[in-house]
Amino acid sequence: MTNDSLISIHDLKVYFRSNGDHARAVDGISFEVRREETICLVGESGCGKTVSALGILGLIPTPPGEIAGGQILFADQNLLELNEADMQKIRGNHIAMVFQEPLTSLNPVFTIGDQIGEAISIHKQLEAEAVRENCIQLLTDVGISSPAQRLKDYPHQLSGGQRQRVMIAMALACDPDLIIADEPTTALDVTVQAQILQLFRSIQKTRSMSVLYITHDLGVVANIADRVYVMYAGIITEQGNTAQIFHDARHPYTKGLLASLPSRSKRGTRLYSIPGAVPNPAHKPGGCPFHPRCSYAIPACRKEYPQMCDYGQEHLARCPVLFEGGGL
Amino acid sequence: MESVRRQNNIILGVQSLKKYFPIRRGFFQKVAGWVKAVDGVSFEIEQGETLGLVGESGCGKTTVARLILKLLEPDEGKIVFQGSDIGKFTEKAMKPHRKEIQIVFQDPFGSLNPRMTIGLSIEEGLRILGIKSSSSRKERLEKLLKMVGMSPDSADRYPHEFSGGQRQRICIARALSVDPSLVICDEPISALDVSIQAQIINLLKDLQDRLGLSYLFISHDLNVVGYLCNTISVMYKGQIMESAPAEKLFENPCHPYTMSLLSAIPEPEPGKRQEMKLLEPDLSDSLITFAGCNFQGRCPIEEPRCRKKEISFKKVGEKHIVRCWKVAEK
Repeated sequence: MTNDSLISIHDLKVYFRSNGDHARAVDGISFEVRREETICLVGESGCGKTVSALGILGLIPTPPGEIAGGQILFADQNLLELNEADMQKIRGNHIAMVFQEPLTSLNPVFTIGDQIGEAISIHKQLEAEAVRENCIQLLTDVGISSPAQRLKDYPHQLSGGQRQRVMIAMALACDPDLIIADEPTTALDVTVQAQILQLFRSIQKTRSMSVLYITHDLGVVANIADRVYVMYAGIITEQGNTAQIFHDARHPYTKGLLASLPSRSKRGTRLYSIPGAVPNPAHKPGGCPFHPRCSYAIPACRKEYPQMCDYGQEHLARCPVLFEGGGL
Repeated sequence: MESVRRQNNIILGVQSLKKYFPIRRGFFQKVAGWVKAVDGVSFEIEQGETLGLVGESGCGKTTVARLILKLLEPDEGKIVFQGSDIGKFTEKAMKPHRKEIQIVFQDPFGSLNPRMTIGLSIEEGLRILGIKSSSSRKERLEKLLKMVGMSPDSADRYPHEFSGGQRQRICIARALSVDPSLVICDEPISALDVSIQAQIINLLKDLQDRLGLSYLFISHDLNVVGYLCNTISVMYKGQIMESAPAEKLFENPCHPYTMSLLSAIPEPEPGKRQEMKLLEPDLSDSLITFAGCNFQGRCPIEEPRCRKKEISFKKVGEKHIVRCWKVAEK
């Protein structure tokens, strides 16, 4: 843990039980977010990205879910040991979240003004007029035109991009230290996505916040991240800064993902594709969870859980085979 | 089979296709305006080629697909498929042609009937076409499943037993079951995981090489379209703004909308992040019909004349056409 660490997660485990199945959705992940940086959690559906985020905010539905172990250290306290009332003070106030689907995460029967105002008045004691001014300022900050009129609008009157801006305004309401954004641009068009990414970059700079950005899109990662954690089947398979991940990937999964991205420069050549499919979290293969799809796999991969191998300069990859083979 | 199809090199020609949807308001449901979903779209697809149709959501891409499939009746324009104008065909006249044009939808979870085994789903087209003998259907089914990389014994299982990628393979097998010559792929990979997308792209490509299929590939992902398509048409608010061979479109984009669309692609290349040209958000009301270019209000190089007159296509190179004044004047 470095000095400028804002939040650090140690060996977090989140399990879900249903019908006798025991799904280890997040199976011992450790990462940290430092002050004023944007980190990305990348992975495919079901790899545990969203569950990790919900775990940090104490939003795992229990049952069927449970936090089976680990620590989440934020401002010298372990968030997992806090009671609900104390957690409520953290949520929104210090750590805020932006969800993927702006339409389903906004309440359709309240105006935009009511919803942003609610976020403010829960955490701060303010007069109604001050709350309103606050809301207008927030909407201006996230680039919504004529904010005073927009306050009276209902979510359905806004476009997808505007709704996501409103969600970001709500997250910014209490000036949090960390914003967790869970696939905030997946439901949006590319041109709108470019605007929202720009917005994240600018608010991160002007408000000196940290952003934990969850996505499956490597293009987005390259655009926004300072550091990257690649997740697969509930574990972190590789971590490093953006240049290390994109130019010097060391884990077969990361290599495979990058090679399988279509682009016009690969026209006429056959795309590399990772064989097989993402494992079901309830029936994960033993040993290295990636071994059934891995072209470098050796018999030991089936039995032994792979250790993180250190490539220096905080670049780690969970693949001893490639590490011992000289990193191929 | 091949020789019959090759009579004419153009398999599908669409000419000034139009579809307006009425907006009804009030107690008497009076028509208050029209949504110009497709407003004079023309393109051609050559035998064995892939045309990419790109644009933002709501630009009319899917409506074009539904018009070609005759799931919607066009208001105006021609749809010339293998030499005959199917745009005017009645339901009955269309029936023998239906097998020639098939579609693969975006969402493999919503497009398979959960109560039918995948064998039944794939066979349904064959049964409707009157291939009655169950043994010949079974043979064909096995062949189709193998062709899309699935084991033949999966025919007796139900859709929920398969992953997204496998379901999309099943949907492709179903589309191919009736031996079509044109397959419309409506965002076929955007609901899939990153590591699965490449598998499906490769499969579509292999099938095209093997069966000589033509594709109309609808997508908003310019990386995929740039990889897969021969020709790309960029749509905006019901109109094609620019159309060019794929390499040309990327090397020399001419329409301001194409340029901003290209610069908005998040490229997996960390060094490139500062180069995005941002588009102004679209604040116009779809109800207000206006004269001139559809891109007005968002265009960085707009002039007063753009708001006066409809702009026709200018030719800038071989098979490269652009709907913008300025380009032609350069």
